[in-house]
Amino acid sequence: MGKTIAEKILSQKSGKDVKANDIVVADLDFIMGQDGTSPLAIKAFQEMQAQRVFDPARIAMVIDHSAPSPLEGVSELHRQMRSFAGEQGICFYDIGDGVCHQLMPEQGHVVPGNLVIGADSHTCTYGAINVFSTGVGSTDLAAGLISGKLWFKVPETFKFVLNGQLPAGVYSKDLILHLIGDITADGATYMAAEYVGEAIADLSVEARFTISNMAIEMGAKAGLMEADLKTMDWVKQHSTKSFTVVKADADAVYARVKEYDVSCLDPQVAKPHTVDNVSPIGEVAGIPIQQGVIGTCTNGRMEDLRIAAGILQGRKVKSRLIIAPSSRQVMLQAIREGLIEIFLESGAAVVTPGCGPCVGTHNGVPSDGENVISTANRNFKGRMGNNRAFVYLGSPATVAASVIKGEISDPREYLR
Amino acid sequence: MDLKGQVHKFGDDVNTDYIISGRHKFKTLDMKELAKYVMEDLDPEFYSKVKAGDFIVAGSNFGCGSSREQAPLAIINADISAVVAKSFARIFYRNCINTGLPLIECDTDQIDEGDELEVDLQKGVLYNLSKGIEIAITPLPEVMLKILSDGGLVEHFKKYGAFNFD
Repeated sequence: MGKTIAEKILSQKSGKDVKANDIVVADLDFIMGQDGTSPLAIKAFQEMQAQRVFDPARIAMVIDHSAPSPLEGVSELHRQMRSFAGEQGICFYDIGDGVCHQLMPEQGHVVPGNLVIGADSHTCTYGAINVFSTGVGSTDLAAGLISGKLWFKVPETFKFVLNGQLPAGVYSKDLILHLIGDITADGATYMAAEYVGEAIADLSVEARFTISNMAIEMGAKAGLMEADLKTMDWVKQHSTKSFTVVKADADAVYARVKEYDVSCLDPQVAKPHTVDNVSPIGEVAGIPIQQGVIGTCTNGRMEDLRIAAGILQGRKVKSRLIIAPSSRQVMLQAIREGLIEIFLESGAAVVTPGCGPCVGTHNGVPSDGENVISTANRNFKGRMGNNRAFVYLGSPATVAASVIKGEISDPREYLR
Repeated sequence: MDLKGQVHKFGDDVNTDYIISGRHKFKTLDMKELAKYVMEDLDPEFYSKVKAGDFIVAGSNFGCGSSREQAPLAIINADISAVVAKSFARIFYRNCINTGLPLIECDTDQIDEGDELEVDLQKGVLYNLSKGIEIAITPLPEVMLKILSDGGLVEHFKKYGAFNFD
């Protein structure tokens, strides 16, 4: 009987021949924590009476959720992280370096075939480059830091077969919002997602990250893709680590398979207050918008900024617009390409690479009754720091078009 | 372990932002302080209504969203004895077992706001005392029972220094 990507990676890393629903203890290739979760993990590490991490070269900690610190209490937690990282000699990314899920692949820490945990639910992002990566809590993170291992229930797999080509003005964000709207927020709970087909093959690696990033929004543990030539080129440009790609067997067994034709897909928008409350743009166009956000681990990469800049160039925004590039490297490149100038000229505020506006810690908390359209991955009530605000989710193109008009707008009107 | 208390009922897809909002959780490791804000975005009065031993009861996919372990810790520190739901999101499920918050997976359609519940975790039975009915509980996987019986993952690691499921 054949195996899925999840079954193969967990077999390799546990040294056992495993299938869905088996429980394994497996070796971790890389471990990541951010500033919302690492302080509790450090506390658990100390309570577990550990002295040293298992391998400092395979651990990174990132300050991105509140970067730079907006509050005294946060500053103290950041101090604890810096001190722990220094003592243990682990890789540390401080304020301004970027969002953890941009940094892990960009800085070459994770490569195809790896098993990775991160104390952040969007760790599933690296599935786009054939990594079995999943989010865990702080105590699981501490156990990983000490032992280099974690226990896993081998997930069943939900296979998404995505046929056809995305039309102009429709992006990977629209595609994943459509899938989540279709199967709902718990449609793949306890499962791994595998995304295959022509529509995935056509996408750049950057665009694929957006799809894997949001696997958790359908409840999935991982959002896996096979590695093709694009993946291998991308990984070799970013990492010196050796790797072996993992393919699903032709006779692998799937819990569910669902096929889609994406060639007639419209831009999609998730409405307040759940990610699976998705409509095509035509049903929401015209809703007034007070603030837009472009950035986050979902859509803050170069390709996203180029798409947004293409629409914003030579135009002024009617709504406030906050742009947070996903890393220092991305921001530098955006400066070199003149994109930051376009954003500033259009009236946008460009802020430090980080998670602030998405997760409601700082850098753009909306006021009561305001509508926000964001490229983020969550629109829960209160997510952006005010439970009387309303958050819509869309692609960078949809956000850019919407802030120009001051209302939710179809980006296809602005295609040049 | 015998648990007894009143029901606070919620719907489906209660996410971790609702359990403890990001605007509070990044500030402190003082879980007693965070507990004051538990479920705030769904019910601002929640913390003041809860009595020690009460239950949170919900529909499916409880705890979806972020990996924040502050969610189960805030619930524990609000003196909630257990969360009862039709199903749980995966990371939340693990975090609860690791931190020692009992989770009860069962049909919750016959449990209403204000009902009095009693749970016998050993026997795996939930009694709805207000309605005079007994509801069967889905048993936890063995690995999780082992971690729970050690008192959570910190205690498990203190005892063995590594994962030990043999």
